[in-house]
Amino acid sequence: MGSRIGVLITGLVVGILALALTALGNPANMGVCIACFLRDVAGGLGLHQVNTVQYLRPEILGIILGASVMSLGAQEFRPSGGSGKVMRFILGIIMMIGMLVFLGCPLRVALRLGAGDLNALVGFAGLFAGVAVGTFFLKSGFSLGRAVPQPKWAGALFPLAAAAALLLLFLRPAFIYFSLEGPGSMHAPVLISLAAGLLFGILSQRSRFCMAGGIRDLILFRNFNLISGFLVIILVTFAGSLAMGKFKLGFAAQPIAHTEAIWNFLGLAAAGWAAALLGGCPLRQLVLAGQGNTDAAVTILGLITGAAIAHNFGLAASPKGVPAAGQAAVVAGLIILLAVSVAVYFGVAAAERRKIHVSG
Amino acid sequence: MSVVDARGLSCPEPVLLTKRTLEKSDGAPVKVLVDEMAAAENVAALAGSMGWQVTRKETGTHMELVLKK
Repeated sequence: MGSRIGVLITGLVVGILALALTALGNPANMGVCIACFLRDVAGGLGLHQVNTVQYLRPEILGIILGASVMSLGAQEFRPSGGSGKVMRFILGIIMMIGMLVFLGCPLRVALRLGAGDLNALVGFAGLFAGVAVGTFFLKSGFSLGRAVPQPKWAGALFPLAAAAALLLLFLRPAFIYFSLEGPGSMHAPVLISLAAGLLFGILSQRSRFCMAGGIRDLILFRNFNLISGFLVIILVTFAGSLAMGKFKLGFAAQPIAHTEAIWNFLGLAAAGWAAALLGGCPLRQLVLAGQGNTDAAVTILGLITGAAIAHNFGLAASPKGVPAAGQAAVVAGLIILLAVSVAVYFGVAAAERRKIHVSG
Repeated sequence: MSVVDARGLSCPEPVLLTKRTLEKSDGAPVKVLVDEMAAAENVAALAGSMGWQVTRKETGTHMELVLKK
């Protein structure tokens, strides 16, 4: 549920960092967006060939490494794993496709809302609905299973991979792609982005910041701690974009957004549902992976794969709208989520009945 | 003492399991096992909000929370 003060401070800092990074070169309303940036990372690694969204975003690498450093300092680096790995990978893919149909992660929902983009309000409604459905199944006994402690080196693999990616960003070998135009070419200076990411990772690790978790805790426990961070980001972005003359209220012609309400809703509904089942939004997965959770690392590999799929098969939306293939993918994702939720729920219920039968 | 073993479960499962146990409890102490700090904090927050006293103990591999009414 997070610490209230920590969450408020994180929200405040993230809001300010997002504004600053946009002013320094990041794409509009995209100071920090985990979905967009993981998609850029997938492109930078050459996993998809859309040459406008390829860049090894230092913010992403910084968040992972910041969370690692903080968790080591706080003695919370506890490698674990083994809970529903393939399922997490698939849920990661679905979550990313949903977010790329909306064009943003839950964090970017707040950034877009603060800047007056009302399509994000529709997206938020979808996110809320998706998290609510996922939470319903969690409450009914859905579980991806138990993780067990892992050796230290296993937990260190993913943070080390992030450090290696950072090295590639600086060395710029020929097999790493850098967009020359489009959103992927727009970025703040590398060291500033990296520092922002590190700070963001450190604060998120401490405060347990999570956008999907905010909605979930609100529904389950009437607890406002995490969701208050979401509200703070909206307020800071609102004040900042007003001050910079960038606030624009409405649906049409918003930066890197489309106006197809039904797909904005359903895209984030799929993402929210998956996030609830996974125990956290993409940001939280980055932080958990940084502190040695190998299941979260698998989820991120799923997110990256989802981004590659979305762009290799033409599923991702653009400001022009959502392609038919993207619409079909979201519907397929929702059907898979329903099937998984129901199947796991009945599986868990059956196992519990057997246990009671044996012990009784 | 009834024991809730929430080790290795991802959020919010440890809190949900604890909540279910506390709701049908007759007031006898409950022991909750978790292995992640966030889960320990969340379980403690939930128990506190339901009027239970929490004492926390670190063992080498996990954390033990003892909840008393």
